Amino acid sequence: MKSAKKFGTGVLTLLVIAAFLAVWIALPWPGVVALAVVLALWMALTRRGRQTWEVTKVGLATVTQRLGSSSVVVVGIAGVVGVLVAMLAMSEGFAETLRSTGNEHTAIVLRGGSQAELNSILDRDSANVVIQAPGVKKDAKGRPIASGELVVVANLPRKGDPTSDSNVPIRGVSEDVWSLRDQVKIVEGRKFQPGLRELIVGKGAKAQFEGLDVGKSIRLAGQTWTVVGAFESKDALESELWGDTQSVASAYRRGSSVQSVTVLLDSPKAFDAFKASLVADPRLKVDVSTTREYFGKQSEGLTKVLRAVGITVGIIMAIGAVFGALNTMFAAIQARAREIATLRAIGFRGVPVVVSVMLETMLLALLGGIVGAGIVWIIFNGYTASTLGANFSQVVFRFHVSGELLWTGIKWALAIGFIGGLFPALRAARVPVTTALREL
Amino acid sequence: MKYLHLIWAALFRRKARTFFTLISILAAFLLFGMLDATRAAFSSGGSVIGVDRLITTSRYSIIQSLPASLATRMQAVPGVKSVGHANWFGGIYQDPKNFVLSFAVSDNYLDIYQEIVLPPEQRKVYESTRTGAIVGEALAKRFGWKVGDKVPLQSTIFPQRNGDKTWPFDIVGIYTPAKGAANGTDQQFFFHHKYFEDANAFQNVGTTVGWYVVKLTSADQADRVAKAIDALSANSDHETKTQTEQAFNASFAKQLGDIGLIVSAIMGAVFFTLILLTGNTMAQAVRERTNELAVLKTIGFSSRSVLCMVLAEGVLLLVLGGVLGLALAGVLVPIVAKGSGGMLNLPPIGTQTWVLGIVLMLAIGALVGLLPAIRAMRLNIVDALAGR
Repeated sequence: MKSAKKFGTGVLTLLVIAAFLAVWIALPWPGVVALAVVLALWMALTRRGRQTWEVTKVGLATVTQRLGSSSVVVVGIAGVVGVLVAMLAMSEGFAETLRSTGNEHTAIVLRGGSQAELNSILDRDSANVVIQAPGVKKDAKGRPIASGELVVVANLPRKGDPTSDSNVPIRGVSEDVWSLRDQVKIVEGRKFQPGLRELIVGKGAKAQFEGLDVGKSIRLAGQTWTVVGAFESKDALESELWGDTQSVASAYRRGSSVQSVTVLLDSPKAFDAFKASLVADPRLKVDVSTTREYFGKQSEGLTKVLRAVGITVGIIMAIGAVFGALNTMFAAIQARAREIATLRAIGFRGVPVVVSVMLETMLLALLGGIVGAGIVWIIFNGYTASTLGANFSQVVFRFHVSGELLWTGIKWALAIGFIGGLFPALRAARVPVTTALREL
Repeated sequence: MKYLHLIWAALFRRKARTFFTLISILAAFLLFGMLDATRAAFSSGGSVIGVDRLITTSRYSIIQSLPASLATRMQAVPGVKSVGHANWFGGIYQDPKNFVLSFAVSDNYLDIYQEIVLPPEQRKVYESTRTGAIVGEALAKRFGWKVGDKVPLQSTIFPQRNGDKTWPFDIVGIYTPAKGAANGTDQQFFFHHKYFEDANAFQNVGTTVGWYVVKLTSADQADRVAKAIDALSANSDHETKTQTEQAFNASFAKQLGDIGLIVSAIMGAVFFTLILLTGNTMAQAVRERTNELAVLKTIGFSSRSVLCMVLAEGVLLLVLGGVLGLALAGVLVPIVAKGSGGMLNLPPIGTQTWVLGIVLMLAIGALVGLLPAIRAMRLNIVDALAGR
């Protein structure tokens, strides 16, 4: 009979935890604030609530005496939150870098089935058909604004590791690129001159790879090229080196063909007509997408993997941290067993005891969450890394620790605190008063 | 050893606490096992089979091809046993998500890569079938291919001469990688370079190759031969870079991002937390047992043996949790690898991981046991028994 009851309460507790986690994951921040306000009002206004507050105060006052074991909760949870937030920040930063590279009012055309610019090829005639298609915006002289581009890959050493090889993308662009990609700003030196072997380098590439300072020369395809400027665009283009299409084509013997054509559309609405006219054209077999779609797709795979790894690692670490918190809190209530029993003997009911223990754990957890998320924010926000992207070349990106991610981290921390506090709290409220008073 | 039951009893004095700590340790080592497998998956080094092979690529860019005429000159370099070549095909099967690691390879490629083990009769059929292809065991399983199947692969790069991007292949063989082959060897797709040249819309593929593979007469010649090969094309418009296959693979893996660094950072965070957590448990346990330890000393246990017992307790705790965790990782890793549908080639937990894991368990166990152990050793019997 007794064991059946025990089993029943066990199941009930698990259900409570499951329900809490389900609601908690779905809860947006206003909900959490509302919960906190309700709790505060309850503690301030009702008799039971005030009792709870008194018990909690005693608990918190004694935290300093249990500094070692309390810090286990804080550090354990800080570790979980830190790793989780860092992994998600990496995934988020990569996705954001590529997403922001594209937009709705430019479209990119590749040979059908190519998937990435590196694989594609369009001969001069096809490229011209694309440029003349309806929906392409014209400049003041009535010329369509478009850039026929080449992407080649060069081997350059990574900074600080002169023997290493990294695949660095080199993009040949046409003169229209400045109005087509207006996010690109020259921040050092000048633009390259068409027809010359001159390059401008993205800020990201300049920071990651050796020998790309303005004024320096590099060897590409057996020829010497000069770096004449550096540009900033705050997106994936910053990983690239840019030169004139013709110069790049002649160096890499590409003749008059290009790999992709990017056009400026009259408006985002013009895209459908533009695409329809190219798809219907019997002379062409091309894939047409907005640049947002094209670049967005490139981040999908890696972003998913990073998210999955981050969350898996987070969950395994969280399990460890929950048991760490359980240990600490069981020890804490044990140290205070007499005191809690005394409270109950003089008439305090179970609720204040349960809530106060939970509150104490969750405060420690909150502190851990803030510490973990804060450390990651300080170290990793804006941290630059690079990996192989769709064009078989390096994409430089920045970790982005957004407010949303920090919030996710803190939510995880509180959830760990909740589970880690619940069982000790229930134990504290359930131990028979006489037993507890007799102990020690 | 004769104190084992004593240590064991001390460890399980408070079952709940030890159990919780064990689970934390288990979680940490489970993570260690899985992350180490991930790291190993991305570093193809350690395979001894390829030590006598060099890879020759263009010096300036991975995408630039090399003239086919270079082969005969490379063959003449002393120390070179044979020269094969390959080209990247960039194949996808049915859906762009189903990327296939596919290569057009020279006829002697299978002789150079002896870890690709193909039954002799299948090898024979492969050699006589123009559109024949051989696929790795895991790849065949992934798409349900059998010998005799006709498989269309779409190339993201090369159209056929008739403008069609889909190339038909006949699966004529399914190979198994030999023991010790690089991770992921069983995921590849090979077919004749001849077919690739003949049917390709790009005329120049007949006179160029993607990269060369050089088999050496002996592995210790690698440096000299690599230099000699690069000297052949020095100052031409197709300068080469020759390196050992291991160096080539390592530099490629490095480009994906420093997996090793990320893994070590996570593990650092995990183990730091673990030390703190277990250390705290140990300290608590020893504090609680002050009386018992004092009694032990009273009845004649030396300070030294008390120190050892507490240390051993920490080590035992870590080893118990750690071994369970690594064993669990050993079970989970193949499941995760299977679940990823061939995307993630996690190797099973190897001896190296176990050795490293056990060293970590011993070290962390000693570390967390140390402070409480010293405390126990210095225990003054009179004070302890008096409860001071």
